[in-house]
Amino acid sequence: MSDIWSMIARRLLLGLLTLFVISLIIFGATELLPGDLAQNILGQSATPETVAAFRRELGLDLPAHTRYVNWLLGALQGDFGTSLANKRPIADLIATRLSNTLFLAVYAAALSVPLSLMLGILAALWRNSIFDRAANALALTSISFPEFFVAYILIFVLAQSGLFPSMARMDPTTTFSEALYRTFLPALTLTLVVTAHMMRMTRAAIINLLASPYIEMARLKGMSPARVILKHALPNALAPIVTVVALNLAYLITGVVVVEVVFVYPGLGQLMVDSVAKRDFPVVQAVALIFAAAYVLLNLTADVLSTLSNPRLIHRK
Amino acid sequence: MSESSAKPVLLTMQDIHIDGRSGDTWSPIIKGVDLTLHRGEVIGLIGESGAGKSTLGLAAMGFTRDGCRISGGMIDFDGIDLLAIPERERRALRGKRIAYVAQSAAASFNPAHKLIDQYCEGPVQHGVMPREKAEADAVELYRRMRLPNPEEIGFRYPHQVSGGQLQRAMTAMAMSCRPDLIIFDEPTTALDVTTQIEVLSAIRDIVAQFDTAAIYITHDLAVVAQMADRIKVLLRGDEVEESDTRSMLAAPKEDYTKSLWAVRSYARPVQPPVTTGVPVVSVQNVTAGYGAADVLKNIGFDIHARRTVAVVGESGSGKSTTARVITGLLPPRQGRILFDGQPLPPDYRQRSRDQLRQAQMIYQMADTALNPKLRLRELIGRPAEMYLGLKGKALTERIRDLLALIELEPEKYIDRLPSELSGGQKQRIGIARALAAEPKFIICDEVTSALDQLVAEGILKLLDRLQSEFNLAYMFITHDLATVKAIADEVVVMQNGRVVEQGPKEEMFQPPHDPYTELLLSSVPEMDPDWLTRLLADRAARRAGQG
Amino acid sequence: MSVLFTIFWIAVAVVAAMALGWLFRWAAVAASRGEARRALKTAPLAASFGMLVILIYVVVALFAPLIAPYAEREVVGAQFLPWDATHPLGTDNLGRDMLSRLVYGARNTVGIAFATTALAFFAGSFLGLLAAAVGGWLDQVLSRLVDILMAIPALIFSLLLLTIFGTSIVTLVLVIATIDATRVFRLARSVAQNIVVMDYIEAARLRGEGLIRLIFREILPNALAPLVAEFGLRFCFVFLAISALSFLGVGIQPPTADWGSMVRENATLITFGDVTPLLPAGAIALLTVAVNFVVDWQLHRASGLKE
Repeated sequence: MSDIWSMIARRLLLGLLTLFVISLIIFGATELLPGDLAQNILGQSATPETVAAFRRELGLDLPAHTRYVNWLLGALQGDFGTSLANKRPIADLIATRLSNTLFLAVYAAALSVPLSLMLGILAALWRNSIFDRAANALALTSISFPEFFVAYILIFVLAQSGLFPSMARMDPTTTFSEALYRTFLPALTLTLVVTAHMMRMTRAAIINLLASPYIEMARLKGMSPARVILKHALPNALAPIVTVVALNLAYLITGVVVVEVVFVYPGLGQLMVDSVAKRDFPVVQAVALIFAAAYVLLNLTADVLSTLSNPRLIHRK
Repeated sequence: MSESSAKPVLLTMQDIHIDGRSGDTWSPIIKGVDLTLHRGEVIGLIGESGAGKSTLGLAAMGFTRDGCRISGGMIDFDGIDLLAIPERERRALRGKRIAYVAQSAAASFNPAHKLIDQYCEGPVQHGVMPREKAEADAVELYRRMRLPNPEEIGFRYPHQVSGGQLQRAMTAMAMSCRPDLIIFDEPTTALDVTTQIEVLSAIRDIVAQFDTAAIYITHDLAVVAQMADRIKVLLRGDEVEESDTRSMLAAPKEDYTKSLWAVRSYARPVQPPVTTGVPVVSVQNVTAGYGAADVLKNIGFDIHARRTVAVVGESGSGKSTTARVITGLLPPRQGRILFDGQPLPPDYRQRSRDQLRQAQMIYQMADTALNPKLRLRELIGRPAEMYLGLKGKALTERIRDLLALIELEPEKYIDRLPSELSGGQKQRIGIARALAAEPKFIICDEVTSALDQLVAEGILKLLDRLQSEFNLAYMFITHDLATVKAIADEVVVMQNGRVVEQGPKEEMFQPPHDPYTELLLSSVPEMDPDWLTRLLADRAARRAGQG
Repeated sequence: MSVLFTIFWIAVAVVAAMALGWLFRWAAVAASRGEARRALKTAPLAASFGMLVILIYVVVALFAPLIAPYAEREVVGAQFLPWDATHPLGTDNLGRDMLSRLVYGARNTVGIAFATTALAFFAGSFLGLLAAAVGGWLDQVLSRLVDILMAIPALIFSLLLLTIFGTSIVTLVLVIATIDATRVFRLARSVAQNIVVMDYIEAARLRGEGLIRLIFREILPNALAPLVAEFGLRFCFVFLAISALSFLGVGIQPPTADWGSMVRENATLITFGDVTPLLPAGAIALLTVAVNFVVDWQLHRASGLKE
């Protein structure tokens, strides 16, 4: 058992290291910019005095490593500096948007995870049946659609008739049920896209598992199909399924950006896209760091969980 | 192993046809085979790979793998028409009255459950006995299968138990409901010979004790001779012949069966040992390994021109590592390799082109040894082009000569891909590629063990002929002592990275032996049906004598 | 009601697609011979339809000026004109001919995506094969670098890089190509790693073959099938990524006709029940579906041949 804990500790350490390097990349990327950052943002017409003042404001007069350490320490305490566009603290901009984005992602996950696992397992069990072929073709089609296409089709079909709102407005007075109703279309969009991926991966994982000799052995021992699945396949399916789910939740993170823009949903993704257009570096860096951290943590969780569910690793020799 | 034809019939299979799906069409795997089995009788199904042995064995349970179907025939198990009853009823028979033992126990035990849980599943689910009784029964059967610590071994997970023990635990599991029939599908193929003995004797005893009928599937004639009352020979889905074991061994009727027997008799003439002159290859005090562990511990031997040295040992003995040290893939920690009396650089990357040319290698699996995307012209021609600078017409001429040398028609084969060749032909290409470099020394790494016996014999004869024609020195790595007897001049026996014994072949096969060589030699099954019984009696007597 | 109508039209589209696929397969089988003919005969309808669609896109992209009724950037009428005889698909938010822009979009969007994929693919697969063939520290350095780059979500990373380097077509191509090259590297390396453990590679090394011959003569021919399939999949990812960025307004910039931007520019129409903005989005979807169908068939074929 101590082996497995040291293994998990190693993974966690590696995850932290990855996060650290990512923060370096996100911060350091701006240093790659040819010429002077301040000059670049203000444009060629800016006077040398304004540029110098702006440099001081950005802290560009300090050496890069000092700025990095300050930025990282600040970020760890939730202080990401101030926005260039509207001079407000970035932490304030992010706070409510982060919870909105999380709400949408969890909503979509709650819909898509059970749905896709169920579809994936059924498709694997009824391999080559009409159901399997139809589900596969549908999934392949859905994967091929850009998120905004799916979103606009849903708007066209479901919002036209007034069933659901096409804009997902959120404010502090919105109640939970109202929020569920208003964000139904964005959540459904994400669900459709993610479910297709997750279903295909679940199906592949289960088929791979069912081809194992020990599954054949269980069938040759005369065990019922239900018992073969529940007792013999499921305990071994945990690791691949956990991996599939985590990978797709990580995928939700990127999917959320486009969907937020389509439905004018006040989340982090929309903030990031706005800030990219305005070239508001500090905000883009802050949001990128949050997204990347969530992504790394999800992958790390999958890694640890699948380690924990592997009998070969839990029961060492 | 008693006279059983007087006993009632347990299983009748009549005119069985089984198809396998390839793409959208079905092609036959079993083409109308009959099989009758009496209670308590053991029938051996023997044949080369692709003969349909496993498919037929599984069909005896009314079971086909995905992509297969039983398209015709009748299966009667103790008065039950297996193909007529619903799947639910067939399921009730499986594990309870007909059990199965798979080739790879390591893959066939569920990694997520303890051995004893998997043992008890059958009896409990089929309603044969309650859990507590099944557990006690498991311990009893583990004991009878001579597993160490029978009380505790069941509480381990499959990956915590060795291969030979797992195979015995699987046999115990098959016995858990005291079935009338067990299908053994190559149960010892994946095991080393010394381990194989223990599993064979345990299986044989338990089958006899419970008077269980069995279908024993294997490709090894000597093994089936020990286990079966009757033998049925299959070839590409058809029955060749069937008769009781002793008469089959004494007087096979069909040509195909005779050819299977004949391989065992091939041996090349004895050559006088070389004691003088500089050996082509000399392995001197080599210690080597991966990471911290030493796989080879101070080994040494010489190989002379026109001589074959067989390096023998079980898996993990270090015989392949020895080849890697000689070829320079694994530089040794200590010791050196001399070639014609000159030391070779330890790493192949530091060796000259001519040094590389002189020592060639032929691999076990021709499938992975030949680049599947290159035509024979390039596969064989490349060494000649690279080392000897042949080009254009001269190169083509050389490739033709080489193909003729390995008995393949040049016109027909020169532009083929490896996938358009049979297994034996591929191995011949491997030989031609080695010859193309015009070497002095060739390492043959288990070159015949992936081949069917008849084909293997052809390869051995070819290698023999080429050796005298080109004055080659061979190092022959093998675990198969029959091959050693056939081709070796000298033998090096390895165990756990050490050379246990070495010397001329005649001496090696005569006592007195080193204890490990003795164990290894005595464990190789012989074609005599009484061999196993005699061996076990011998060993028991010796143990008694020592104690 | 609109839901029922949608389902009806989907059914009609599926049937039409299958009929077209069947016709195309029939024509293609008749026009080809040998190995290709045998392969085409067994092509599923979905894959046949996919091939037909890809062919149409290629033709449209190549002959865009001949096909389009108006110029790419020409303002030809009022804004948001409805569909009529002179403007079959109406006009866009600036009064440009929608059909013409759709046709030119094939050239711009598909062309840029193809160039990006090719770049990502050659860089990624060469480095991947090299890492697997050489092994040791080079493999370690490249793999860890790729691990880190892949630990940042692709869209987020491209948004970050585009903020810094600005949005021009060249930076767009380079940024997306870099990010996707990491994915290609992963695949190429893992495919090649399964090959370099083969005995024939060991035999080639022991023969004294150089690195270049080892990679191009011994490894590459065996890695080709999965790499070609990967090219198709990569193209879909790149195409969708570029379209998403254009849709977000940070990809291909106006006035270049590009399907992603066209959706964004005309999106307001959707709320009025006009399907026009769905056309460029549908054009993107149709091509990725088509490529995916063909790739799926090829992957299936490759795995079937192995058995």
